[in-house]
Amino acid sequence: MTVALSGKEVAAKLEQQFPSSIIESNKDILLVKNESLFDIISFLKTTPEFDFNYLSCITAVDYFDYFEVVYHLTSMEHNHSLVVKTRCYGRENLSVPSIASLYEGANAQEREIYDLMGISFEGHPNMKRIFLWDGFQGHPLRKDYL
Amino acid sequence: MEIDRAREYIYADTELDSVEGQVIEELKANSQEIIPDPDQWLEEEPEQNILLTTVDWVINWGRRSSPWVSLCFPACCAFEFIAAMGPRFDISRFGMEILRASPRQADLMITAGTLTWKMAPNIKRVYNQMAEPKWVIAMGACAISGGIFRSSYNVVPGYNHIIPVDVYVPGCPPRPEALIYGIQMLQEKIAKRKNLAQKG
Amino acid sequence: MMAIRTEPFVLNMGPVHPSTHGVYRMRLTLDGEVVVDLEPVIGYLHRGIEKLAEERTYTGVIPLTDRLDYISSMSNNLAYVLAVEKLAGIKVPERAEYLRVIIAELQRISNHLVAVGSFFNDCGAYFTPFLHMYREREKIIDLFEMVSGQRLTYNYMRIGGVSQDIPEEFLPAMDRLLEQMPRSIDELDRFLKENEILLARSKGVGILTKEKAINCSVTGPVLRASGVEWDLRKMDPYSIYDRFEFDIPTGSAGDCYDRYRVRIEEMRQSLRIIKQAVKQLPSGPVVADVPHLIRPPVGEAYAHIEAPKGELAFYLVSDNSIAPYRCHIRPTSLLNLAALRDMVIGWKIADLIIIFGSIDICLGEVDR
Repeated sequence: MTVALSGKEVAAKLEQQFPSSIIESNKDILLVKNESLFDIISFLKTTPEFDFNYLSCITAVDYFDYFEVVYHLTSMEHNHSLVVKTRCYGRENLSVPSIASLYEGANAQEREIYDLMGISFEGHPNMKRIFLWDGFQGHPLRKDYL
Repeated sequence: MEIDRAREYIYADTELDSVEGQVIEELKANSQEIIPDPDQWLEEEPEQNILLTTVDWVINWGRRSSPWVSLCFPACCAFEFIAAMGPRFDISRFGMEILRASPRQADLMITAGTLTWKMAPNIKRVYNQMAEPKWVIAMGACAISGGIFRSSYNVVPGYNHIIPVDVYVPGCPPRPEALIYGIQMLQEKIAKRKNLAQKG
Repeated sequence: MMAIRTEPFVLNMGPVHPSTHGVYRMRLTLDGEVVVDLEPVIGYLHRGIEKLAEERTYTGVIPLTDRLDYISSMSNNLAYVLAVEKLAGIKVPERAEYLRVIIAELQRISNHLVAVGSFFNDCGAYFTPFLHMYREREKIIDLFEMVSGQRLTYNYMRIGGVSQDIPEEFLPAMDRLLEQMPRSIDELDRFLKENEILLARSKGVGILTKEKAINCSVTGPVLRASGVEWDLRKMDPYSIYDRFEFDIPTGSAGDCYDRYRVRIEEMRQSLRIIKQAVKQLPSGPVVADVPHLIRPPVGEAYAHIEAPKGELAFYLVSDNSIAPYRCHIRPTSLLNLAALRDMVIGWKIADLIIIFGSIDICLGEVDR
């Protein structure tokens, strides 16, 4: 059975390495700050105790005040999983650090989030639209697109 | 061999993308009206001249007994078409077992799948390359009117916005028997075609 | 002797192409016949299913999920209803669980028959193995038509169970199938396994190493052929898979031939699961008592299954209304394609077709 790690325990272990980067943590999720996302995820990937070598899914959700980007990570060695989230506030000029250099599978999913939600990822090798054509106006999956 | 990344090709990737985007926007703006169906043959009177009628009949018999299908398989209905080509609902008995990849050698386009605005210029280009006489069967609900995806931002509400359609086969997806019935209706249409019509 | 100066050129393998299993476009940079770079262009079947799902009720999204991976519709339905049941905390009756397992494993066999048939089509055996596989698939589709009334997009699973019980003809027909199917698979395997053209064209072609496969988030038979033993039915059992006994076939080399072997072995293991499930099938209701317009509590859920092509998952966010607030689909085939570029560089165009066919994608899932 894949054990879903509790956000609180993981936060307790990360506190020394990344002070004041963790905004909130409860039984299900771990909410981190935008700027330290890349460091936290590469720490979770390389430490043998966690060893999250497989990225299941990246999603973005539009709550009207902020956008939330959700990462589902799994470790095939230890058979446990974790949900990491981050938020960006506002509607224009949103940006989140990209993890395409850590996981090759994040490449296409981050382009999809840029295309459909408008959040751009810094450090992505090829940030352009993937599903819609080049001159399309707007980002369809936002709540204010009709 | 080593590729020199700094070397500029004739068309850069971004330029190709922006040209494609402009073509799509232009086609979308021009295709808001439905192209009327070519159905004048339903009201036409039969020919009176015996010699021309026999020659006509022979030509039409040849054309309707072996229509070759050109490739146009975006989505799920493609699998019902492939099932129709399979061993159970054999459409090879109608002369249609060949699937020509080149549109120049085909005379029937069975549109099996949802059409999106991004794909529309390519389908129009394939249709234009087919030689006359050519026919189109719109297969499935997505091809007739957009189907279950009608209100989406990327879906064309029916193929008749882009190309003229001869036969509509409803269903989601239509059974292979329904598709074969549609092909037989098209064969009736081809049988009534006038090839050597007299002028004046 | 003067050396000939050569340059690379860019070739477009367009959306309308007989071998690309759908509307998939690639921009290849070629040096002669050898592929040097590959850039995929997708979106030609992007129908906006995630946006349409926000306008429909929870039960009304089930027909939309059929059209994702249209070759194995039952698995898509299953993943979605598992996500809604996790969100709302609904318990499914026993008979419905067993029926779901039987249907999901039949769907796996049917999907692998199409995958192996198309793979041989790409290898050059024009239509003959494909027609033989299709004859077997028609038998399975007959069973599905008995149960749901449809041949391709079934819309059979419901939130809390399945939509209707199996008719009386189903179990005798299932017994006949369980008797004939192993012999048909063995017959096809015997003809094709040692064929020298297949071995020459697919052994050692398109190798995907273990580390690269895990890094690219590849799942399904492609991952298992590279040597990783990761199958969600054993690692994170959903529904009642922990009550059945079966093995996980894995390959060792990670080439196209191993992927073909893994799929044939998976078909045999699926038949084993179906035999056990049919023996243990209990009686009872087939759907739980769930209101027609369901309103799950505020929260989110992520449910994943081992679909025939890989890990298919749904991420649902609910805000206590009758429609989902956000429905995200983990695109199995899009992530399986992430490894295509590295598998293909250095091989010729003819090998590209075979490698692409051995990954077994479905464009409805890539583009959604």
